[in-house]
Amino acid sequence: MADAPAIPDEAEVRARWGAFAWSEDSQRKAAEILGRYPAGRQQSASIPLLDLAQRQVGAETKTQGWLPVPVIEFVARQIGVPYMRVYEVATFYTMFNLAPVGRYHVQVCGTTPCVLAGSDDVFAACKNHGLSKGRTTPDGLFTLTEVECMGNCSNAPMMQINDDNFEDLDYDSTTRVLETLARGETPKAGSQTGRRSSEPAGGPTSLTAMVNENHDYRGEWNTAHAG
Amino acid sequence: MPKLKVDGIEVEVPQGATVLQACEAAGKEIPRFCYHERLSIAGNCRMCLVEVKPGPPKPQASCALPAADNQEVFTTTPMVKHAREGIMEFLLINHPLDCPICDQGGECDLQDQSVAYGRGQSRFAENKRAVTEKYMGPIVKTIMTRCIQCTRCVRFAEEVAGVEEIGAIYRGENMQITSYLEEAVQSELSGNTVDLCPVGALTHKPYAYEYRPWELKKTLTIDVHDALGTNIRLDSRGRQVLRALPRVNEDVNEEWAHDKTRYAVDGLVRRRLDRPFVRKDGKLVPVSWNEAFAAIAAVEHGGSVAAVAGDLVDCETMFAAKTLVTALGGSRLEGRQTGMDYDTSSLGAVAFNSTIAGTERADAILLVGTNLRWEAPLVNTRIRKAIKRGAKVFAIGPETELTYKVEWLGDDLGVLSDLPQAVLQAFDGAERPMVIVGPAALAGAHGAALGLVDTLGLVKPDWNGFNVIHLAASRMGGLMLGYASKGGIADLHDARLTFFLGADEVDYTRFDGFKVYVGHHGDRGAHHADVVLPGATYAEKPGTYVNLEGRVQRGERAVFPPGDAREDWAVFRALSDAMGATLPFDSLPALREEMYAAVPALRHPGLANYEWSPPSLGTTATGRIEGYPIQDFYLTNAICRASPTMQRCSAELVHGESFAEAAE
Repeated sequence: MADAPAIPDEAEVRARWGAFAWSEDSQRKAAEILGRYPAGRQQSASIPLLDLAQRQVGAETKTQGWLPVPVIEFVARQIGVPYMRVYEVATFYTMFNLAPVGRYHVQVCGTTPCVLAGSDDVFAACKNHGLSKGRTTPDGLFTLTEVECMGNCSNAPMMQINDDNFEDLDYDSTTRVLETLARGETPKAGSQTGRRSSEPAGGPTSLTAMVNENHDYRGEWNTAHAG
Repeated sequence: MPKLKVDGIEVEVPQGATVLQACEAAGKEIPRFCYHERLSIAGNCRMCLVEVKPGPPKPQASCALPAADNQEVFTTTPMVKHAREGIMEFLLINHPLDCPICDQGGECDLQDQSVAYGRGQSRFAENKRAVTEKYMGPIVKTIMTRCIQCTRCVRFAEEVAGVEEIGAIYRGENMQITSYLEEAVQSELSGNTVDLCPVGALTHKPYAYEYRPWELKKTLTIDVHDALGTNIRLDSRGRQVLRALPRVNEDVNEEWAHDKTRYAVDGLVRRRLDRPFVRKDGKLVPVSWNEAFAAIAAVEHGGSVAAVAGDLVDCETMFAAKTLVTALGGSRLEGRQTGMDYDTSSLGAVAFNSTIAGTERADAILLVGTNLRWEAPLVNTRIRKAIKRGAKVFAIGPETELTYKVEWLGDDLGVLSDLPQAVLQAFDGAERPMVIVGPAALAGAHGAALGLVDTLGLVKPDWNGFNVIHLAASRMGGLMLGYASKGGIADLHDARLTFFLGADEVDYTRFDGFKVYVGHHGDRGAHHADVVLPGATYAEKPGTYVNLEGRVQRGERAVFPPGDAREDWAVFRALSDAMGATLPFDSLPALREEMYAAVPALRHPGLANYEWSPPSLGTTATGRIEGYPIQDFYLTNAICRASPTMQRCSAELVHGESFAEAAE
């Protein structure tokens, strides 16, 4: 576990988070989540409730949130399962942070398609912006994590910051995104080269007539497939 | 009943059996790591791959594949051989080659199976993964780099022990088995995870680096740390017992043993009485056997002789003492050291009649004043099994954590004669109802509990649901031999000469006469005695024990007693000579013949047949159950109290002290 975050000192964490309880807003959401599962199957709510708790911790600390041990235990009590079972879930999924992260959790994909498409440049941009893997910048803004494939291979390289994806990155656009965030503004999510979703770079090569408006191709079928 | 062929051998297996079980039925050995008969199926080690037709053209995990009609299973084809070699190579990728310093070496599943099913050499040249050690408490030592993630320990903790404190954290290559936040596992069954571990990841902390399994002499015997009569194997080297391991006995302990059974053996070589002592001027002085015998023979008892049996003694010892007491003109015998005086006129009314194995088939259970988790941990696991089959459990007594869901009815015994509607309903439809009366209720509510036999319909033609839990290994044997006086131990207080057979829980201040302690540890009894005669522990004598359900079992001698100490029956035989009342047996077989003649039920190992004729005692009970007799699970007898391991367990697990781990 070379990359594993050092789990923070327990006594301190317990003092800070021991009294964790749902906020009014979370309480409402938690009730809704629990309502999705039949009685006796509350364990199914482990993941959504952990996510809810992480977001509440994030809101309270003005960061992306993390899961201190007392909060994990709180969730376990909410659904009436042993602490260990929820702790296992929290450690299994990389989306749950076991150590505090910054306001912006920069998760850069380092899997093969992104590497081939230039994720090294993205990491370089992050590094030159003061981010280092597994660490939070001193101003508390950015935490950089290298992650595995996030399913955006056609828009590689990509990174996920908080709940948004930033795609088609290169050195400059990565720097621009980070700078925008550092200024407190919201950068445009999605492709940074302006292409729409995952259509081919340089514009559509098929169904071109449908780019701006709906087009009924049916009349052209016979000619298109003549012979 | 599916019929299938395994390597051409036709077998028929029960519905729901797996292909692995079918292969075993056909006499084929299937290697496995994660699969275990008594745990749920995980299917994650992949070692049990076999080829199955019809099916996809690839090897299948036989442990998780249901056997079906007309299947053809192949366990020796090149595909299977290749698959096993591949799995073994994967498993060994991250497994360190530290067998020479590993305590599991010599009894390691991975070692054996890699010899039998692995390739000759590794093709893996990269670095191996390393995992930090995890703290799991005073019993289980972890070397987690060796772990192959079979998750047997996780499943055992969850399913059998009922303590969900062990789990697998992180994922993939980084997956690690650990206890929650690396705290000590709060289970009295944690030692079983070590037996289950197929590699050396979990080893016995108390036995670390003490032995190699092949240098140990193995003796089959019976455990005495509770009344269950756990079947154990004592492994000894030279004169010392180095470890105790459970044996399989489906009727008693399945294949589990609790931590006291396993780890109190280091108490067998500490604080031992290895020579006779006589009290002179208020101090115990070592003397010769003859001198000690002379001191006892000089007592003018005038026939006022009694014997008190301790919790750990065998039937032979009790019979020898009884014969001597009778020969000297006495008659008072007692085994219930703490002063209990429940009615023993019918042994059926104080036995565990449903049998231990029968417990798991019960469908409604009422616990009366028993903390089963400490009083009989392996009955507790059976109740967990019964609950899995749908049994409902109610309990009367102070609330305590029993590892399963219990409906507590308060600690007032009056509730016995006025049970809530929910209990009556649950018992009304029950085919195999059970009431388990613990020692905390036996004193005051024996009659009221017997009254439930009628109100709850506990006794049926093929089922007896009235059960009593005892704490002493010697209890049922003692009762069969007559070690019970009407008024309890109070009847013996005025005896002029009393023999204490390893009795350490007695209130000695109440005894005014001459006290002779025959036992093995310098514990409470020896401190108060006028003469101390050194005896043998359960490991040092062959003995007959009767467990709480009335099962007669025999144990063998593993080692010899230290110093001048002798087997207890021989001590009484020699003493009888000095007292001029020579006992009529010169050897253990002769003693046993006499004993069988007196109590024929002891002759044949197996369940003794107690007649069911409950005495009519008053059926009302009043008062509250203040607490359970066992205050500290790890320190219940002289052997435990002499054991550093048990002291440590007690301090850490019961009293919550924390111990810093020394860096290794």
